[in-house]
Amino acid sequence: MATETTGAEAAAHSEGGSLVFHPMDQFIVKPLFGHGDVGLFTITNVTLWLFLAVASVIALMVLGTSKRAIVPGRGQSIAELAYGFVYKMVEDVTGKEGLKYFPYIMTLFMFIVFANFLGLLPKSFTTTSHFAVTVVLALAVFLTVTILGFVKNGTAFLGLFWVSSAPLALRPILAIIELISYFVRPVSHSIRLAGNVMAGHAVIKVFAGFAAVAAISPLSVLAITAIYGLEVLVAFIQAYVFTILTCVYLKDALHPHH
Amino acid sequence: MATETTGAENAAHAVGSCVDAGGSAIGMPQLCFDWWGNQIFWLIVTLVAIYFVLARIALPRIASILAERQGTITNDIAAAEELKRKAEEAEDAYQKALADARAEAQAIAQKTRDEIKADLNAAIARADDQIAAKAAESEKAISEIRASAMENVEVVAKDAAEAIVAALGGKTDEAAIAAAVANRMKG
Repeated sequence: MATETTGAEAAAHSEGGSLVFHPMDQFIVKPLFGHGDVGLFTITNVTLWLFLAVASVIALMVLGTSKRAIVPGRGQSIAELAYGFVYKMVEDVTGKEGLKYFPYIMTLFMFIVFANFLGLLPKSFTTTSHFAVTVVLALAVFLTVTILGFVKNGTAFLGLFWVSSAPLALRPILAIIELISYFVRPVSHSIRLAGNVMAGHAVIKVFAGFAAVAAISPLSVLAITAIYGLEVLVAFIQAYVFTILTCVYLKDALHPHH
Repeated sequence: MATETTGAENAAHAVGSCVDAGGSAIGMPQLCFDWWGNQIFWLIVTLVAIYFVLARIALPRIASILAERQGTITNDIAAAEELKRKAEEAEDAYQKALADARAEAQAIAQKTRDEIKADLNAAIARADDQIAAKAAESEKAISEIRASAMENVEVVAKDAAEAIVAALGGKTDEAAIAAAVANRMKG
């Protein structure tokens, strides 16, 4: 039954002590105003934190660069750094012809990096910890890249699965492996991001639960601090990984030959 | 049990397949597909908003800032090179002017020295001439004086001889006296 799925959490709860774990409650989607059901257009905590991500992107990339200074200030430096970082990544991985898609990749990177960092604020909601979000992102990349591959290369795009450098006998087997790995891409692409973010937040929450016990609370607070530091790193690295994988997939679409 | 839900906050949550009566998540909220539609809808709104902000405003602006900075740096370097070239030219011109001035000064000094030397030589020559003329003149005067003095001595000697002869009671014989004086004068 549904009540049994709560498992350990329910067990901890039923002990009646101070040790209460609800590490997954932080991921619950709820309406921001009122207490109704979550419909398609309901303004929820997801809406709020997505909006804050947009506001942060505008604050950094638009307001931060509004002076257009030749010698940049702090905000403009960071905006230029982000621009240069992603621009160089796209150029290095996909080559010159990939730069056409730079705004799309920049959109992905800025969204993920800001959503990840906003999620690290206490009491916040982490939008990128949800598969609903990362699956849409990964599927968008997968579909775009696949369609682009066929539009740009026609049936030559299928050469991606036909490893011409391998012995002829091996090629059909390799083709099957390549095909499977190609279709697994959106799965790993999306679960990697959401899984990392969710795991870190859940671990922090578990340590926070231990902090209620006086004897181990110093250790627990120390552990939260350490994990938080790790999560700051993960927040950036996962955004980077998602973006660079997008670039790699885009490169496959533009140059399908190994 | 579900009947134990007494907290005001807990009662507020809609009890469904994803949230239990206590307001806690059942399993992973990530896998609650009741919420996917809402999240996907707002995600698409967000992505479109970010895309338009970046593609229409932020990225062209940053690109223009970077291009402008590159241009400024290039221009500044070119200007610096131009200025350096000018400075080198100016130094060359200065050195050349200095060398010219030095050569000219030397020429002027040489010329002046030559002129002074010529003037000096001329003056010395003139002075030599004058000295020679004066010396000749003086010599002439001296010989005249000497000649006249001899004459005078002769006259005085004649007179004295006549007077002596007269005083001795002789007869004055002018011719003899003159011959004796002349004889004596030859010495």
